[in-house]
Amino acid sequence: MITLEYITLGTGILLMLMGIWGLFTQKNLIKIVIGFTLVDTGIHILMVSIGHIKNRTAPIIDDAVNASEAADKVVDPIPQAMVLTAIVIGLGITALMLTFVVKMAKDNNSLNVSNFKSLKW
Amino acid sequence: MIKKLLLFVLLAGAGVMFWTGISDYEVKQDLNPIASYYADQGLEETGAANLVTAVVVRYRGLDTLGEVVILFLTASILGFFLIKRDGKNDFRESSEILKTASRLLEPIIILAGVYVFVNGHLTPGGGFQGGAILASALILAYLANPNDSISKTLLKITESFSGLSFVIIGVLGIILAGGFLDSTLLPAGSIGNLISAGVIPIIYLFVGLKVGSELAGIVTNLKYAPKNESE
Repeated sequence: MITLEYITLGTGILLMLMGIWGLFTQKNLIKIVIGFTLVDTGIHILMVSIGHIKNRTAPIIDDAVNASEAADKVVDPIPQAMVLTAIVIGLGITALMLTFVVKMAKDNNSLNVSNFKSLKW
Repeated sequence: MIKKLLLFVLLAGAGVMFWTGISDYEVKQDLNPIASYYADQGLEETGAANLVTAVVVRYRGLDTLGEVVILFLTASILGFFLIKRDGKNDFRESSEILKTASRLLEPIIILAGVYVFVNGHLTPGGGFQGGAILASALILAYLANPNDSISKTLLKITESFSGLSFVIIGVLGIILAGGFLDSTLLPAGSIGNLISAGVIPIIYLFVGLKVGSELAGIVTNLKYAPKNESE
């Protein structure tokens, strides 16, 4: 039976596979970077869905969730905090990769990865 | 052909590997011990109603500092690689619709960003999200008036000041309270109020300013990326 857990986990895995496919087949440097960000996003979805617990709410204590019974009512806050960190790091890495792409495109006048002879051995 | 076959084998292998990882995934019924400790004690120890904020700023505060440092390094390396001497590019004028709409939207977006990081300890949100919203307002300004430029010095000063304040608050925590980045440096206040949760709102304010100015700096650097030498 298909439940919410399997939909989210499956989406994460599918995105990761699409990203890996992009990393290995695409010739355009910017498309390779897009493939990397797809893997990144897939991992984020996977992590958040692993932290999810059925019929529970967001880890914020307010009128709906009393402090005394919070442990029985909220989902796991740790994966969410980790994904928050991971998104920011992913942004930094993506910006860095795009910088290298700009630099490489400027030096070789091409975005096609096949034209970078210095990468071959 | 052999390449395609290898790729197919790789993808199939990765797919099978991931799928066996989750195929017998059991839906969890309870929090693990450390998460339930955070859920039970988080409010009492930090005063932050948003438990994700409690984890990010208090329990894993050192991780957050490292994260901010990584973002700073990214911005620095970007500036190093994309440096351009004269700093002038000629962009096409943007349309009247975009210009007028951006004048209307920018203050609202900035207000939304500030709201998100000032309320980070109460509602979903926080310094990183609010900073990203702030930066998006600056990016809209760039799109509307591509030939104007935000002062890089101002961005650098905001960024350095926020980063330094973050570390100083952390060190003050060692001297005056229980440890590095301890949020009980200031009184916890009444839970649910804007001014509560000790130093968490202050830390998130600085994180928001720092992330906002850093992302704006990254976009500024990418905007002035050098063109090809041949041109």
